[in-house]
Amino acid sequence: MTETDRDATATVDARGAACPGPLMDLIGKIRDVESGDVVRLLSDNEQSLTDVREWTEEAGNDLLDVEETDDHYEFYVEKA
Amino acid sequence: MTEHVVVVGGGTGGTVLANDLAERLEPELAAGDVQVTLVADDPDHVYKPVWLYVPFGQREPADGRRPLTELVDDRVDVRVDRVTSIDTDAQRLESRDGAAPSEYDYLALATGSTLAPDEIPGLAEGGHDFYSESGSEALREELLSFTEGHLVLSVIGTPHMCPAAPLEFVFMADDWFRQRGLRDDVDITYTYPIQRVHGNPHIGEWARPRMDDRDIAVETFFNAESVDPDGQTVATMEGTELDYDLLVAIPPHRGIDLVEEAGLGDRGWVDVDRETLEAEAAENVYALGDTADTGVPNAGSVAHYQAGVVGQRLASEIRGRPATATYDGKTLCFIETGMDAASFVEFDYENPPSPAPPSQKLHWAKLAYNESYWLTARGLL
Repeated sequence: MTETDRDATATVDARGAACPGPLMDLIGKIRDVESGDVVRLLSDNEQSLTDVREWTEEAGNDLLDVEETDDHYEFYVEKA
Repeated sequence: MTEHVVVVGGGTGGTVLANDLAERLEPELAAGDVQVTLVADDPDHVYKPVWLYVPFGQREPADGRRPLTELVDDRVDVRVDRVTSIDTDAQRLESRDGAAPSEYDYLALATGSTLAPDEIPGLAEGGHDFYSESGSEALREELLSFTEGHLVLSVIGTPHMCPAAPLEFVFMADDWFRQRGLRDDVDITYTYPIQRVHGNPHIGEWARPRMDDRDIAVETFFNAESVDPDGQTVATMEGTELDYDLLVAIPPHRGIDLVEEAGLGDRGWVDVDRETLEAEAAENVYALGDTADTGVPNAGSVAHYQAGVVGQRLASEIRGRPATATYDGKTLCFIETGMDAASFVEFDYENPPSPAPPSQKLHWAKLAYNESYWLTARGLL
């Protein structure tokens, strides 16, 4: 388990969802958590690599880490 | 032994499925080997696409209502009741009035979407919608007397019913104010949660230049966090604020709590195999329409096509044959681009949409389909 795994307050599993499902799911979860909480997003959609980065910058949230596994990406986003 | 199929929900998915089963399983129903029950908490079937036209004074909510008993085949047992819990291990149901069956062999959930404006502070007080009968009537009161100011259409909740409707609304409003000579006095802004104007990139790319041409302002990456009804502003998760004179919002949507309580999925959406529509967390449970979390639009056409798939699969299972029917993501939508022109899209999991050039004929086709929808509900079209 990595440091970021331990810190994730909530996980959104959007694997299998087509664009823009993963980003929509992430936005929905960020709504529900508190400032400082970390949301882990699982996505196997390549587009998430740009979508998630663009939105987190726009919204002022912090994209702490992006991990690539064999079949999906894991994004760690801290709510500002 | 009689196999009992219970369909929960009297919207497009549930009604088309019940009628499909009545037709498909006719011999088994006649022999008493199968029983089909439709449980709905409203004695009426409601055709929601009518609501888009209500704020413009073109339709009445009553145009979208008909009694279920007029639409559902007599071989289906219709029970007006609300299912309050599902035990998917024991295959048992509980209901508010005790009129719904307490057991099932096969369960199909078509419980649909509900609106959750309370998730956004101030939205219920400060915003309007055309996603409910009461909302579309209240919006009509405002819109018919709105002659100047800033009209903001904000898509807040996703997924939401009829993904094209927010675009349709601003295209119609633009045309409607122009025809009445008021457009110079009315600013229109459309907001969307992600970096384009529609979830589907092909529809987004098609719509954006049309919005620019028609002076419909666009705000993207716009996720409303709260609404100030007194100050008439929307504040976003992105830290921006937008003033409005009339706010038309697509509120957050949820399925019904029952789904989450039964462990079938989050926020009322059932986790399903997107091709077989079988629930992932339970045996002998299907979901269709908005209720099924497939990632395709929450649209009547989707519920309609999925009902045919679930009907075929249930009939196969009841007859002891392998179920082979699958849902391919097929979706059809007419998209109004004004008060007398519309486009049309058709797509599935593999083939993206390519919106047709807007025309008056497609607008008439949409209005004609809205009338003939009642044949769809009956399982005839």
